[in-house]
Amino acid sequence: MSTQAIPRHESPKVVFYNDPKIRSLFFQFILLAAVIALFWFAYDNTLANLKKRNIAQGFGFWNVEAGFDISQTLISYSAASTYGRAFLVGLLNTLLVSGLSIFFATVIGVIIGVLRLSKNWVVSRLAGFYIELFRNIPLLLVLYFWYGAVLSSLPEPRDSIAIPGDIWLNSRGLLVPRPVILDQFWLVGWSIVLALGVAVAITRYARRRQAETGRRLPAGWLSTLVMIGLPLIVYFAAGQPLGLDLPVKGRFNINGGLNLAPELVAMVVGLSTYTAAFIAEAVRAGVVAVSKGQTEAAHSLGLTDGQTLRLVIMPQALRVIVPPLNSEFLSLTKNSSLGVSIGYPDLVNVFTGTVLNQTGQAVEMVSVTMLVYLSFSLLTSAFMNWFNTRVALVER
Amino acid sequence: MKKIIAAAVVAAASFGLVTGASAGTLDNVKAKGQLVCGANPGTAGFGVPDEKGNWTGLDVEYCRAIAAAIFNDPTKVKFVPLSSKDRFTALASGEVDVLVRNSTWTMSRETTLGVIWAGINFYDGQGFMVNKKLGVKSASELDGASICVQQGTTTELNLADYFRSTGKKYQVVTFGTSEEALKAYDTGRCDAYTTDRSGLAADRLSMAKPDDNVILPEVISKEPLGPLVRQGDDQWLNLVKWVHFALLIAEEDGITQANVDEKVKSDDPEIKRILGTDGKFGESLGLSNAWVVQIVKAVGNYGEMFERNVGPKTPLQLARASNALWNKGGLQYAPPIR
Repeated sequence: MSTQAIPRHESPKVVFYNDPKIRSLFFQFILLAAVIALFWFAYDNTLANLKKRNIAQGFGFWNVEAGFDISQTLISYSAASTYGRAFLVGLLNTLLVSGLSIFFATVIGVIIGVLRLSKNWVVSRLAGFYIELFRNIPLLLVLYFWYGAVLSSLPEPRDSIAIPGDIWLNSRGLLVPRPVILDQFWLVGWSIVLALGVAVAITRYARRRQAETGRRLPAGWLSTLVMIGLPLIVYFAAGQPLGLDLPVKGRFNINGGLNLAPELVAMVVGLSTYTAAFIAEAVRAGVVAVSKGQTEAAHSLGLTDGQTLRLVIMPQALRVIVPPLNSEFLSLTKNSSLGVSIGYPDLVNVFTGTVLNQTGQAVEMVSVTMLVYLSFSLLTSAFMNWFNTRVALVER
Repeated sequence: MKKIIAAAVVAAASFGLVTGASAGTLDNVKAKGQLVCGANPGTAGFGVPDEKGNWTGLDVEYCRAIAAAIFNDPTKVKFVPLSSKDRFTALASGEVDVLVRNSTWTMSRETTLGVIWAGINFYDGQGFMVNKKLGVKSASELDGASICVQQGTTTELNLADYFRSTGKKYQVVTFGTSEEALKAYDTGRCDAYTTDRSGLAADRLSMAKPDDNVILPEVISKEPLGPLVRQGDDQWLNLVKWVHFALLIAEEDGITQANVDEKVKSDDPEIKRILGTDGKFGESLGLSNAWVVQIVKAVGNYGEMFERNVGPKTPLQLARASNALWNKGGLQYAPPIR
C-alpha cells in the first residue's frame, strides 16, 4: 500500500444558508419556537382572561377543606379532609375500578375469544353473539343496564339476603367481613414473599433440570403447594393475627364490614363485559394469525393439544394480541370516567365534578385531570411495550 | 356535554382575546335578537320544557320577563338547559347571558366564579325526602342512612355539615345529575334524597308514586335562589336586578297582567313612575320607558308568577311563606323606583 495520501473527497463549498443541515436545523428551531410561543400565549392569555373575569386561579386549593363526603374511600377521608385528599381518594377509586376491570376483562375476553374459535357450532355462535352485542352497544347504556339490573334485582336492606359466613346482600351492596390486620401480621406478609421466592426458584430449577436431563418436575403443583402452605403454617403459628369486622344489621343499613357498593360492582361488571368483547376479537385474531402448519408440526412432534396451545400457538399469537390489548386497556381506564353517571366516585366524579364545582377553577381541574389520565396511559403503554418486546418474535 | 363545556371554557380562556369579559351584554343581546338564558333541564314549577318544547316555570318566566323588557316580546328567549355542574362555567364563558336556575347565592361563588347575583327570586332551604314505609318522621332519625345527592350543588356541602354537626353517620351517593340521583333513590339505592325543598316538591311529583314519598319537616340550610350574571357589566346587572324589583313592585302596587292597561291611565305619581308615563327610568336602563308595562303584560307580577307556577293551586302546592312580600310577612322587598 502506498503511503501517498489519498486526496480527501471535499464537498463543494456552499454558503451556510444553502447548507441542507443548517437549513433543516433552522426550520426545526423556528417550528419549536412557534410551538412554545403558542403554548406561552395560551397560558398567559388564560391567566389574563381569568383575572379579568374575577375567576379564582392558581393551585392554592389543595389544602382547603373539602367539606363534602365521598361514598367509597380506600384511604381515610372525611368532610374535614382537604381537596388534595379528595383528589387522592378519587384517583385511587379510578385505579381500583380500572385494575379490577382490566383483570376481569382480560379473563372474560380470553375465554370468549377462545370459545369463538370452538369447533362446536353453538358455542362459537354464542360467543359471536356476545361479541357483536357488546361491541355494538354504547358503554354508557351497558353501565346503566348493569346498575339498574344490580339495583332492582336486590332486596332492600331490611330484607337483606343472609349468606352463611356473615355475608349480607342487598341493594346497598355486598357486605362481607372486613379483615382487620393485627400486630403479628407482618410475619404472614413476609412468609408470602418468601413463598413467592421459593416458587420462582422451583420453577427455575425445574426448567434447568428439564433442559439438562429431559425429565420433568411437577413444578406448577409444587409452587402452588408452597404458596398456600407456607403462609398458612405461619398464620397459625403466629396465633392467627387477623381479626374480622363483621357486618351488623342496623335500622336502615347493615353497618360495619366491607361493603362492595353496587356502583363499584356495576362499574366493574359493565367495563369488563364491554371491554371483554373487544379483547375477545383481539385474541381470536391472534390465534387465527398462527398458521395451521404450526399446529400440525407440533402434533407431529408428539406434543399434546394443551402443550401445543401453551408452547407453540400462544407465544406466536401473543405477538398479534398484545398491541391491540394495550389500546383496550387504555380505553378501559379512560372509560372508567363514565362512573359519575351511576354514582361511582372516580376521579372525574370527585375532582372534575364536585371539587371543580366548589372551587370553580375549571382550567386547573381539567388540566390536572388530563395530566393524570395521560400519565395512566403512558404508564400502561410503557408496561405493555415492555411486555410486547418480551413476547415479540426474536429474529436471529 | 359537561366535558365539552369544560373543554370549551379552557379553549375560550386560552385563545379568546381579552375582550373585557362581558362589556355590553345588553348590546349583544339586542344584536342577537334574543336572550340566551341558562335554565334548569327539568324541575317542575321552576324550569321544565313541556311536551311541545315550551319552557315553563318561575325561573323560566324571569327570563321571559327580561326578554319582554328588552324586546317587548317574551318569546325572544333561547333556553339552554344546564346541569348544576355546568351552569356557572356556561355563564362565565359567555354561553348564556343570564342564569336563572335555582342557583344558591353564596359568598364563595360570588368571589371566585366571576359571577354576581342580581337578587333572590325564591327563598328556599334544603330538606330530605324519604319513602313513607321507612316510618321516618324527622331528619334526626336518619342516623346510618344512605342519601342520594346531585353533584355540584351547595346541597352536598350542607349535607356533610348537617351530619358533622349532629354527629350522626350517613353514606352519601353522589350522581352527576338530579335525574340520576332521583332514579337511584327511587330504585331503593338510598333511604333519602336531599335537595332544596322546592326541588323536592318538584322531584316528588316526577316519581312513579309521589304519594309513597314524604318530605321531612326539617330545613337544614338557607338557600337563597336567584338570577345571576357575569361580573364586569354593571349595566346588565342593573337591568336583571331591576326586572326582578319591578316584578315585586308591581305586586306591591297591585299592577297585574289583567289591569295593567287600566293602571297606565292612573294619576298616582308612584304608578306613573313605575309604568313609565312619568320620568325616564326605562331609558336609564337602556330600555323603553314602558318596560314594566311590557313585563307585566307578558308574565304578570311576582305574585301572579308564583301562583301560576308553584303556588297552592299548582301540583307543587308551595305556600308563599318567606316569599311573600315584606308587608305581608315575607322577605321579598324591593327598593323604590324613583
